[in-house]
Amino acid sequence: MYNKTIAELARGLRSGEFSSVDLTLAFLDRIKQHHSLNAYITVTEEQALQSAKAADLRLATGNAELLTGIPMAQKDIFCTEGIKTSCGSKMLDNFIAPYNATVVDKFNSAGAVMLGKLNMDEFAMGSSNETSYYGAVKNPWDTHTVPGGSSGGSAAAVAARLAACATGTDTGGSIRQPAALCGITGLKPTYGRVSRYGMIAYASSLDQGGPMTRNAEDAAIMLQTMAGFDDKDSTSVDLPVPDYRAGLSNSLEGLKIGLPKEFFGEGLNSDVAATLEAAINEYRKLGATVTEVSMPSLKLAIPAYYVIAPAECSANLSRFDGVRFGYRCENPADLADLYTRSRGEGFGKEVKRRILMGTYALSAGYYDAYYIKAQKIRRLISEDFKRALSEVDVMMGPVTPSTAFGIGEKIDNPIEMYLSDIYTIAINLAGVPAMSVPAGFAQGLPVGLQIIGNYFAEDRLLNIAHQYQQVTDWHTQTPKGFE
Amino acid sequence: MSLTVSEVKDCAHLARLGIEERDIGSYAKDLSGMLDLMTQMNDLDTDGVEPMAHPMDQVQRLRADVVTEQVDREKFQAIAPQVEAGLYLVPKVIE
Amino acid sequence: MRSQWETVIGLEIHAQLATKSKIFSGASTAYGAEPNTQACAVDLGLPGVLPVLNKEAVRMAVIFGMAVEAHIAPYSVFARKNYFYPDLPKGYQISQMELPIVGIGHLDIDVDGVSKRIGITRAHLEEDAGKSLHENFHGLTGIDLNRAGTPLLEIVSEPEMSSAKEAVAYMRKMHELVRYLGICDGNMQEGSFRCDANVSVRPKGQQEFGTRAEIKNINSFKFVEKAINHEVERQIELIESGGKVVQETRLYDSDKDETRSMRSKEEANDYRYFPDPDLLPVLVDEDFKAQIKAQLPELPQAKKQRFKDSYALDEENATILTSSRQLGDYFETVVKESACSAKICANWVTGDLLAALNKANLEITDSPVSHERLAGLLTRISDDTISGKIAKQVFEEMWQSTATADQIIEAKGLKQITDTGAIEAIIDKIIADNLDQVEQYRSGKDKVFGFFVGQVMKEMQGKANPGEVNKMLKEKLK
Repeated sequence: MYNKTIAELARGLRSGEFSSVDLTLAFLDRIKQHHSLNAYITVTEEQALQSAKAADLRLATGNAELLTGIPMAQKDIFCTEGIKTSCGSKMLDNFIAPYNATVVDKFNSAGAVMLGKLNMDEFAMGSSNETSYYGAVKNPWDTHTVPGGSSGGSAAAVAARLAACATGTDTGGSIRQPAALCGITGLKPTYGRVSRYGMIAYASSLDQGGPMTRNAEDAAIMLQTMAGFDDKDSTSVDLPVPDYRAGLSNSLEGLKIGLPKEFFGEGLNSDVAATLEAAINEYRKLGATVTEVSMPSLKLAIPAYYVIAPAECSANLSRFDGVRFGYRCENPADLADLYTRSRGEGFGKEVKRRILMGTYALSAGYYDAYYIKAQKIRRLISEDFKRALSEVDVMMGPVTPSTAFGIGEKIDNPIEMYLSDIYTIAINLAGVPAMSVPAGFAQGLPVGLQIIGNYFAEDRLLNIAHQYQQVTDWHTQTPKGFE
Repeated sequence: MSLTVSEVKDCAHLARLGIEERDIGSYAKDLSGMLDLMTQMNDLDTDGVEPMAHPMDQVQRLRADVVTEQVDREKFQAIAPQVEAGLYLVPKVIE
Repeated sequence: MRSQWETVIGLEIHAQLATKSKIFSGASTAYGAEPNTQACAVDLGLPGVLPVLNKEAVRMAVIFGMAVEAHIAPYSVFARKNYFYPDLPKGYQISQMELPIVGIGHLDIDVDGVSKRIGITRAHLEEDAGKSLHENFHGLTGIDLNRAGTPLLEIVSEPEMSSAKEAVAYMRKMHELVRYLGICDGNMQEGSFRCDANVSVRPKGQQEFGTRAEIKNINSFKFVEKAINHEVERQIELIESGGKVVQETRLYDSDKDETRSMRSKEEANDYRYFPDPDLLPVLVDEDFKAQIKAQLPELPQAKKQRFKDSYALDEENATILTSSRQLGDYFETVVKESACSAKICANWVTGDLLAALNKANLEITDSPVSHERLAGLLTRISDDTISGKIAKQVFEEMWQSTATADQIIEAKGLKQITDTGAIEAIIDKIIADNLDQVEQYRSGKDKVFGFFVGQVMKEMQGKANPGEVNKMLKEKLK
């Protein structure tokens, strides 16, 4: 019952094969059974069953939406009214959000059933889910490896069928990288397409929420609900939302694919490269032409990102001060002690590292050399994307240099961890949409193919991913023990 | 480039971030590594390039001047560490 | 000794903009609510919430810029100013740094009859902070965030004032202007209008500035003068006794009439300004500017000139009547509605009316005597129905009631007697009863004339036309 796509589940709910309550109970049961994956921070059993009952009534009246009654889960970065919203941090372990994120409101009004809140790297800072205050999440394909991050709980939950689908957020690859490492489909929309209201900020000019699903059609269904203008978010874009499923079956005949040569150089694991090559060949068979493109500024994406994101985060995380909500240290001696100890005890090491880095980059005397320089490079990178995407329809490449690495393998070497974001980070700097699509396996672990499109071309990306999924079955593979 | 222990302390102070004395060395090492990465940016000539703060070339949308929020103080203060008489309490502020 | 020193003053004025809602949220800005009942999730800086800019705050900043003939930036940018303080919920204040909405402008002030132009460096939009309350919490400080997020316009002057007197004149003029434009209520007790003063001294003739001290949060005209004078004395004494002024923030203590160093703000601040990624550049295009320009009222300076030119008012009346838009409007309506000369109208508005308003502590907009009623009264002076003296009596009646001047004149029988026969009969009676005084007058004692006028007016209860009485008396006493 649980090993189905949203589209299949929606059909089952309508045909009476099962009710939303049946489905919800089945997923809740699986969550308990696979508790050791550590995918969830909070399971909202009671609320889930209530929503499922309401969904069944709504389904009976016939005015249900595709997501009505579908058991899904939210990354614990989205505020949920009356429910703990921890952002993977001790700082917010006691934080019951007094409001919903816009994205959460949208799923609620669609009648989706929220099973709980998913584990993540602390404040979305990490690429392995190991920085979570709630402990590492395990990759269902090999529980000794990481699921990726920061949306590691989301990716693991969808891969292990602990939720039909999940939300994620992506600041430098946090949807695409875990999607790739867990063999699921993940989409980072164009910056501004999905409201950031109520989504706890890491780096405001880069953060974007998006769907994490089993296949492209499900991603289209989820994005349909998530996308849209929000007057509570000044950076939300006021453009109509297209019907994302309408173009899924369009032919790819004549599609122009560009392969950035910088994506296929040194550092890319050869087995991953071979898997991607096979995937690109499938596209050739579907009628696409493939050319090489160049993105000369791409190599500076990592340094630019690791200035801009920490700079923004250093200010975004100042509100966590132990005064109005969240963690407060015991018996502060004075105001300075209240601040430094609440923040010192409430934040983990990776968060502190980035706050310190951002503080340094913005401080007097370094602002121009780091922050302004990084913003100029951001402009050049974004121009690279614009130029390349005027020559081709989409670009394709790897999501990660290798498959999932072992838990504990890189956590003590932050720089090495940062460097593994090499293929995802530039996309956030430019703000364009990109997907990770399951494209095969290397050494038994999933490999993701990244598809990068032009601004607001999510419908095109979904079409391209969907057509590939019509001729391949990588996306239907289930990790052993989770069938 | 490398960051000294005292620079790490300065940043920690600016950010009101308590870090253990014994961890300062490791932060200094990690941050120095990040700075090394960043010095790569100097390889690229960016003279005359306009800094980019946002991915979209948009302008700020303006909100009508209307009171839309009714504040439920009890709800907001239910999650506060220490309140009294509707006020958030902190250790004495010395001016 | 003091004459060897020159004072340099620049002011930073913070004017709370009179919007209904906050600059970045939909919470109310009304003053005086229960603590934290006007601080919504955005004002509290809760996780995940986002700012959206209030259009009215932008309009007010632009109209101010136009009034001081400043450059209005087509694009301005909000930046985060980072520092920790319990009344600053986000740990940063959203302000403007590199690209403020209002650029270089100026304001003309008058000191002792001499006009001086003071440069305005910039004016930018920012959010106000909350308030810390230090009493009654067992040694703790209470934080009220109702004020957090109230829009502020920070107006920065050039360091071009050279005395406390000039600084006060500038502050008053600015206060008058923001109220005139309707962008700030100017209530200094409530903190709607406050200022920081940057003060330094240098030996006369020296080009470079001395080290300055910043005096924070001065909230009255009296204090700005005292605080600056005190600070100037302190700095001169310090230098003359071989010391050095340090750049620091000082707080003016009005009880002790002294400034003292602010310990908490002493440490070197590094605000790490950077563009706020939650907000986009603010566009003020030609269309928006044209719309605002159309709303720009005639400014005090121009209006004063016009009052002098077209109503023949003296400097003093013209200045008073253009000190607020509402007062000027009231005056002009009275001129239009009465048949009286503008000069008499001006004297009445700046005289009896303003005196009564001041006594009752009322604004012109709350005047119990409306412009229609005052015009009705003044018309009766100009058509000789009553004398100016009786008019004052009628005005007092009007202040207490809602009756018109005509109703009061009628009810109290105050109408001036113009019947020469009646006046003549009374004059004859007075002459007959006071033959001694007649004799004195006729023998050259002109002063006695006043006695006769007084007697006649007394007999006629003040209702006789004084001109007529004078004329007839002179005739009869010949």
